[in-house]
Amino acid sequence: MIPTAFEYFRPANLSEALALLEQYKDEAKLLAGGHSLIPLMKLRLAQPQYVIDLGGVKELSYIRESGEHLLIGAMTRHVDVETSEMLRQRCPLLAETAHRIGDVQVRNMGTIGGSLAHADPAADYPAAILALGAELRAVSTKGERWIRAEDFFVDMLTTALQPGEILVEVKVPALGPRTGTAYVKVAQKASGFALCGVAVVLAVDPNGVCQDVAVGITGIAPKAYRARAVEEALRGRALDASVIANASAKATEGIDPLEDLHASAEYRAHLARVWCRRAIEQARESV
Amino acid sequence: MGKKFVGEPIPRVEDHRLITGRSQYVDDIVRPRMVYAAILRSIYAHARLKAVNVEKARQAPGVIAVFTGADVREAIGPVPVASRLPDLKIPKHPVLALEKVHYVGEPIAVVVAGDRYLARDAVDMIEVEYEPLEAVVDPERAIAEGAPIVHEEFGTNVAFVWRLSGGDIERAFREADVVVSQRMVNQRLIPVAMEPRGVVAEYLPGEGQLTVWTSTQIPHLLRTQLATMLGLAENRLRVIAPEVGGGFGSKLNVYAEEALVGYLAMRLGRPVKWIETRRENFLSTTHGRGQIAEVEAAVKRDGTVLGLRYKIIQDLGAYHQLLTPAIPTLTGLMATGPYKIPNLHVQIVGAFTNKMATDAYRGAGRPEATYWLERMMDRIAGELGLDPVQVRMRNFPQPEEFPFPTASGLAYDSGNYHQALRRAMELVGYEKLRQEQQQLRQQGRYLGIGISTYVEICALGPSPALPAGGWESATVRVEPTGKVTVLTGASPHGQGQETAFAQIVADELGVELADVRVIHGDTAIVQYGIGTFGSRATAVGGTAVYGALQKVKEKATHLAAHLLGEENVANVAFEDGHFFLKDNPERRMTFHEVALAAYLAKNLPPGVEPGLEATYFFEPSNFTFPFGAHIAVVEVDPETGDVQFRRYVAVDDCGRVLNPLLVDGQVHGGIVQSLGQALLEEAVYDESGQLVTGELTEYAIPKATDVPWLETDRTETPSPVNPLGIKGVGEAGTIAATPAIVNAVLDALAPFGVQHLDMPLRPEKIWRAIRGA
Repeated sequence: MIPTAFEYFRPANLSEALALLEQYKDEAKLLAGGHSLIPLMKLRLAQPQYVIDLGGVKELSYIRESGEHLLIGAMTRHVDVETSEMLRQRCPLLAETAHRIGDVQVRNMGTIGGSLAHADPAADYPAAILALGAELRAVSTKGERWIRAEDFFVDMLTTALQPGEILVEVKVPALGPRTGTAYVKVAQKASGFALCGVAVVLAVDPNGVCQDVAVGITGIAPKAYRARAVEEALRGRALDASVIANASAKATEGIDPLEDLHASAEYRAHLARVWCRRAIEQARESV
Repeated sequence: MGKKFVGEPIPRVEDHRLITGRSQYVDDIVRPRMVYAAILRSIYAHARLKAVNVEKARQAPGVIAVFTGADVREAIGPVPVASRLPDLKIPKHPVLALEKVHYVGEPIAVVVAGDRYLARDAVDMIEVEYEPLEAVVDPERAIAEGAPIVHEEFGTNVAFVWRLSGGDIERAFREADVVVSQRMVNQRLIPVAMEPRGVVAEYLPGEGQLTVWTSTQIPHLLRTQLATMLGLAENRLRVIAPEVGGGFGSKLNVYAEEALVGYLAMRLGRPVKWIETRRENFLSTTHGRGQIAEVEAAVKRDGTVLGLRYKIIQDLGAYHQLLTPAIPTLTGLMATGPYKIPNLHVQIVGAFTNKMATDAYRGAGRPEATYWLERMMDRIAGELGLDPVQVRMRNFPQPEEFPFPTASGLAYDSGNYHQALRRAMELVGYEKLRQEQQQLRQQGRYLGIGISTYVEICALGPSPALPAGGWESATVRVEPTGKVTVLTGASPHGQGQETAFAQIVADELGVELADVRVIHGDTAIVQYGIGTFGSRATAVGGTAVYGALQKVKEKATHLAAHLLGEENVANVAFEDGHFFLKDNPERRMTFHEVALAAYLAKNLPPGVEPGLEATYFFEPSNFTFPFGAHIAVVEVDPETGDVQFRRYVAVDDCGRVLNPLLVDGQVHGGIVQSLGQALLEEAVYDESGQLVTGELTEYAIPKATDVPWLETDRTETPSPVNPLGIKGVGEAGTIAATPAIVNAVLDALAPFGVQHLDMPLRPEKIWRAIRGA
């Protein structure tokens, strides 16, 4: 509960932050809210020499429209995503997901960029980011690049970010016509993280036939994943109860579920199937 | 009649300072030249200490001193245990480990440095050479043949076998129509007080006085014990319990760190602070519960319970803390609960394991008793095809049978158990709910209704029953301005006695609440007292306040008669803050005038001392026995095993109510802690003795969003044990609610043929039970 000594920086803008990161490389950690990093440091599981607090980089805190997309700055706090009128109108899935993160205190401090870059296998955002087909912009002193959500999560606590890169922006599509979304979650009761979280984006035609669908699942595997088999079993089909149930049964196809004190692999897989079905039903109703 | 405060819903006078963050906890205390201690703790559950090399740590930046067990063994006596069971095995319990470590978290060495960060860094530089030994974690395995032995000198892990019998248990089972038996586990819990433990100690060499600020429920008892451990005269030791951020029994103790930090302050000549981290709190502050029971009930077909046989194993942990062995004996004493069950046999085996000690945790032995019995009542109802209400009603004693003698040798003071259960059924709409339950089952929905009727043993207690006395003390000091200071030997820490005691004073002396100040927790200011635990602070400590008030009133009346020129004291009345002559009410004085006259002392009756204060030590003649009925209504999602609350109704009878807000607050908190045990919490050690649930991210305590709307109500049956008729309510919620919730879940699962599941009833466990059905 008492961290080792570290040097603390609070850059005022992105270029200062990038310069510090370039200078200290692996010995530095970015602090972007701190709800994951600080507990790890207090337990001495993380012992960075340098902490670069992005809290002063105001230019990374925004939510704005850009044509058919919405751009969210990496230092935007969960509470601002949760309560953004623009997101509630045009990308309700993201606001709904933010609403389910932790508790009020966590949402007041934690940021979308911090959460995504930490890549906790039980974090909420990854499910939504995958289902939305988001793109993530990373910047380093050498330039910038866009990373597709599916390429971003590499493994448990590991992302595609390279040393020296800072995740600065998340781009998500605005909701299309006749599209419903849902994020459902079973929380691990101690930590509030997801034992199972399912995000669904679902487009149906006037006859109730699924035109397109994306399902992101978190909490089940070492990293959040797209449930492709579920999606394939839905696409082009009229969404009656049995179609949804049969599709949801494939929620963990090809996945080796995690097992811990809070849930066995078997129960996690069961939760994924049940809540996948419930999420699809809920998304269908929200069309 | 003037204003009456007793019985009114007065908001707590404590709350403003607590809510606005202006109260002072141990960690808020800063002394000049203060230094900080950090403790190296064992990473093994069972190991021989081959070597503890502290040289590198001694050289570390900012380090002032490092001490090991060998360094302090002569200077600091062992950690004490107060319980004295027959043939109890008491292991030596040094403040820092010597040859062996016996649980993960056992203190091995202490570092003192200029700040807490440097102290903590230096802890990592201590090199310990362990020789790991096989650990024993499961108490059933601990007492079986061939288990690793925690304390080799005993040759066994059985610390005691305690038996209690009443009536003729063999005959009860011979005459039974049916025998219902069940094995059950009452899991180990971590108390998780919001404020961890902490100690600041300062030594004044001129006075030869050691002051110890510590987060404790028992400052006076602790002072006596610390004086012994440190070889100090008790009147040179001052213990101060500042604001205490929750104890729940985990601070009803004498801990190694309290003596150690006191020693460091004396040895180093500088004030020393140690604040427990949350991780340390999980590892090395006492745990609660930890019982396994095999219960057999001898019953008649009509539901009459003839007798109960209990075989209980108590998981003690590695050492006895202050009351460790005594806790399960309370389970034994309360083993027949609110029922007229004339035949009883209880056997409790205390088992050493390589884990932190168990000790008092809110309810302390009585939640276990109530859980065993209330689960049995439902199992009996299930076996006999009776409604759970019917079985309970059939076995309640009648109100006219009180004081009611139990097979365990207690005499319940007063009660009306039928009334409490009827009231709870009325509130919840029991008959209608049962019909709805039937209808919902047709639709594949599973509603469960769980009942718990309970009686608890409170207001601990008559002195012969407690190791260090069971009385409580109070001084009522009327200041010259008529303000009233109360010094209570109970050491309340969040229960609201500053409010409740002020209410008693305001009514008795006719002053305003704001005129009363209640002081507690400082052994240099307050006369000796026992402390706050066992739902005793109001029933015993409040009665002491009442007793002191009577002495003050008597003296003031005597003085008022003299000042009013009345020879017959009986002709002086005292009402609403005024003394007056009964036959001439125009001749009157205010209470303030009398108080001032007592101090100015210009005109006192012959033989009367100046001043106006009195001290009273109240010795209760019996325990009190609060009771009640709780009903939980839940719905279980058969697909996921998830439990949702629909209703929660609590009818508690804690005797006379001084302040319904305080009572509700206690009941609410207790139910929430019960909910934690029933559904969420479990201290899990792995086979090697590592605490797997060692963080709040792994150990689930209830959050606000987990708590249903709590509907509370009361019946009021005064206790004859004290003049105020109070019984106590601090633990009712944790005693009653756990079985109510578990019974509700199992009632929901009845259609699947599930008879029992052990706590915590997490969704996966329920899902597996349904699937296995």
